[in-house]
Amino acid sequence: MDVAWFVVLSAFIFCIGAAGVMTRRSPLVVLLCLELMLNAGNLALIAFSRMVGNHEGQVFALIVMVVAACEVVIGLGIIVAMYRRRLPIDVDRMSELRG
Amino acid sequence: MFFEQLLFFVAGFGAIGGAVGVVVLRNPFYSVLALVGHLISLAILFLLLTAAFLAAAQVVVYAGAVMVLYVFVVAYVGGSEEELRPEAKGLLGAFGPLFAAVLLVELAIAVIGSSLSTLDSRGADVGAGFGSPGAIGELLLTKFLLPFEAASFLLLIAAVGAVVLARKRRGLEEPADAISVADLVRSDVGTQKEAAG
Repeated sequence: MDVAWFVVLSAFIFCIGAAGVMTRRSPLVVLLCLELMLNAGNLALIAFSRMVGNHEGQVFALIVMVVAACEVVIGLGIIVAMYRRRLPIDVDRMSELRG
Repeated sequence: MFFEQLLFFVAGFGAIGGAVGVVVLRNPFYSVLALVGHLISLAILFLLLTAAFLAAAQVVVYAGAVMVLYVFVVAYVGGSEEELRPEAKGLLGAFGPLFAAVLLVELAIAVIGSSLSTLDSRGADVGAGFGSPGAIGELLLTKFLLPFEAASFLLLIAAVGAVVLARKRRGLEEPADAISVADLVRSDVGTQKEAAG
């Protein structure tokens, strides 16, 4: 398969994730859509790594996976803290970070 | 060759279908399950790009560990309560999909109009060991040692941060609310504190 197919697929997935981040209001689903966007970036990185023929892109994708895992852990921690304090689980009403 | 193309289209449609499912499904639990399907499809695509180690890491770390974390939090928060409410009314509701469409057009122009002639090829010739754990690990421990250590430190910070964020804040509650050692022995007190919380 040509590398271009993978890049186009990555663009599609990134746009679907962006649409989800813009439209959904549950912070859980917003985090899931962020995962979609990060994975689209990973797919593009690995496709270009295959195109160039060295491993640097794959290492970069691995680091992106680490950063995504950290983001998930912190985001879910914030959601659990919101739930514990009886705050609405809604990103529109959660407009400031100060506790 | 034909099998490779078939696999690409099956996995590609799986990935796009999973992504659409994440955005469209109203119940967050089903969104998480759709994301699991999406991630496994992506792992197949990584295999097609000869990134075997990353495909395995994708399945184990993402579709395994991270998604279990999501399922736990969805079960804890009970995210299906706002299922029937229309999401993102008004200006933002129209702006979101519009933004995504504009982004897609822009990316399509960027991909189609790019002068990268190698984009239309199968890429460079690589040996059999391309993307193997050995090759990636050697790079991580030689050329990318500093990013590797920074990533491990970042994971440590995230783990500590999650514990700090999700712990119960004793200082904000009344002193009578504190649990003594004797309360911990009684089995029913934990759920009561949780409910009164």
